[in-house]
Amino acid sequence: MSESAVQVDTRHSGGTGEPLVQVENLKKYFPITGGVFQRRVGDVKAVDGVSFTINKGESFGLVGESGCGKSTIGRTLLRLNDKTDGSVHFEGQDLHKLSKSELRKMRTKMQIVFQDPFSSLNPRIKVGEAIGEALIDHGLVSRKDVKERVIETMKICGLADYHYDRFPHEFSGGQRQRIGIARALIMNPEFIVADEPVSALDVSIQAQIINLLSDLQSEKQLTYLFISHDLSVVEHLCNRVGVMYLGTMMEMAPTDELFSNPLHPYTKALMSAIPVPDPTLKRERIVLQGDIPSPANPPSGCKFHTRCPMASDICKEQVPEYRNVGNEHFVACHFA
Amino acid sequence: MAKDLVEFRNLETHFKTSAGTVKAVNDVSFSIREGETLCVVGESGCGKSVTAMSLMQLIESPPGKIVGGEIMFEGKDLLKLSKKEMSRLRGNEIAMIFQEPMSSLNPVFTIGKQITEPLLYHLTMTQKEAKARAIELITMVGIPRPEKIFDSYPHELSGGMRQRIMIAIALSCNPKLLIADEPTTALDVTIQAQILDLMRDIKTKMNTAIMMITHDLGVVAEMADFVVVMYAGKVIEEAPVLELFREPRHPYTQGLLKAKPIINQRQERLYSIPGQVPNPVDLGENCHFHDRCEFCMEICKVKAPPLRAHIDGHKTACWLYEEEGKAQ
Repeated sequence: MSESAVQVDTRHSGGTGEPLVQVENLKKYFPITGGVFQRRVGDVKAVDGVSFTINKGESFGLVGESGCGKSTIGRTLLRLNDKTDGSVHFEGQDLHKLSKSELRKMRTKMQIVFQDPFSSLNPRIKVGEAIGEALIDHGLVSRKDVKERVIETMKICGLADYHYDRFPHEFSGGQRQRIGIARALIMNPEFIVADEPVSALDVSIQAQIINLLSDLQSEKQLTYLFISHDLSVVEHLCNRVGVMYLGTMMEMAPTDELFSNPLHPYTKALMSAIPVPDPTLKRERIVLQGDIPSPANPPSGCKFHTRCPMASDICKEQVPEYRNVGNEHFVACHFA
Repeated sequence: MAKDLVEFRNLETHFKTSAGTVKAVNDVSFSIREGETLCVVGESGCGKSVTAMSLMQLIESPPGKIVGGEIMFEGKDLLKLSKKEMSRLRGNEIAMIFQEPMSSLNPVFTIGKQITEPLLYHLTMTQKEAKARAIELITMVGIPRPEKIFDSYPHELSGGMRQRIMIAIALSCNPKLLIADEPTTALDVTIQAQILDLMRDIKTKMNTAIMMITHDLGVVAEMADFVVVMYAGKVIEEAPVLELFREPRHPYTQGLLKAKPIINQRQERLYSIPGQVPNPVDLGENCHFHDRCEFCMEICKVKAPPLRAHIDGHKTACWLYEEEGKAQ
């Protein structure tokens, strides 16, 4: 009972209100090369001018369909990619201006959990060693104390101590994801980017991992960037949610506000597209026509206008302003 | 009530592995009625795909083998047909679409070539007739500019379009049964909504029975008339869709329904089924769910519960509803 009370607390307060990560007008373009000389012939605008702030102790959700740039943001935020333009501040420091050694120190505070627990673990390294690797690498703990720390962390993540000497192939998907979380957690990070951590898992296992992530957050006051394509998972875990489409933030609001009052037609369509496990429900569903356009050649004006049921002439010509409509609710639509 | 189109009778499909025998499908019986959408749901490794592949007789052997049971299709046992007779049915009366629309189309042939193939083979159309029919099919699955698509290659199309093409190929010979193995799992939600709409449309227009394999209970609720829930190679519950969602009886089905986060119904904490799916090698004769079940009794550990209808049309395999179990 007390456990769930703590959770309500963190989720609704949205952390301490002190910014931990500040992203301003972030852009990341990937070059397209072509011809005999492999010259740059264009850009894939994976992230095209996105700004948001993540407060300490908060979990911020990024949702969108494939190719919307949500994973690229996660990677650029940790400087696993270089940026094209804009800035990322972590605890007030511009991450992309840090020197190599400064960045290395900073890295202990921010960790990532990947989507695919099958390809993110080295099959030849024992799980215990894989979890402790970063501790040794950063010289945070002496070699003889590592095992103890690893086993402690494994237990927190729901693994047993005899798992230490096993290899990744001996684990199921859910357990591997626990290993991935243990690897991130052992560094005592402040900030974790979770990139689709439950998408590859079965429903019954998915719920276990979501609960683990939310327990860890309240115990260790972690801050999450939670990247997912599944709105229902994001709704469950996050304080605030941003909805992306083709590299642009379309709408951002506190979770309750967003789900009770979605303003952008894309957000509405995404919500109505999710199949609900209730056969008695008859809904008016908004089915979007067509496919997601290529981010190499995004539509003019509002990027969503080609599929938007409300689109008019102004949407083709003018990029809608991304503005605050009250209640910390931001939206980029001419009609919202 | 419509009559049975397919009936699985005590189907057993086993795989021999170095670790032991995996009973991927272990004594599975259920039927699919004409014009009905039947959803088979379960988690990975529960045997739902192997059941469908057994029906198509596409089980790779070795290591796999159908070791027992019957699969009746319009009164004939498919397992007794010769290879030639089976290949006359496949793609003709029974068609299948797969999860990965990228890897199930051949990258070196045009879309047109791949759609016309079953028409030329099964319906012995001429090239010209086949092309006309193919263009009709491409239009029917909702793709604009069919003539252009006819000459395109798979890599030129998006994931959603490829899945539409797969559906067009599957429907080319007016099959009586369409098997769809996780047809929307690899697609984005907005594209998934389009494909599900298309499949519903086809079902009403062509009166095709659909056997849909999925792990998503949301998809089940939207598509199914009848639901079969599988766990570790066995059917543990089957019921009409409304009945199943109103009153799930097996603890596993109940758990699955509670574990899924639902939009606009936020719970403080998600229900989760403890533990994990058992190792499929050499499972004993007991209820395979017993070690994850909160109602586990002594009998569950030693004896497999029978799949029986305790309510009309709603079958459950659980000792909770048996006299033998109640006695404990």
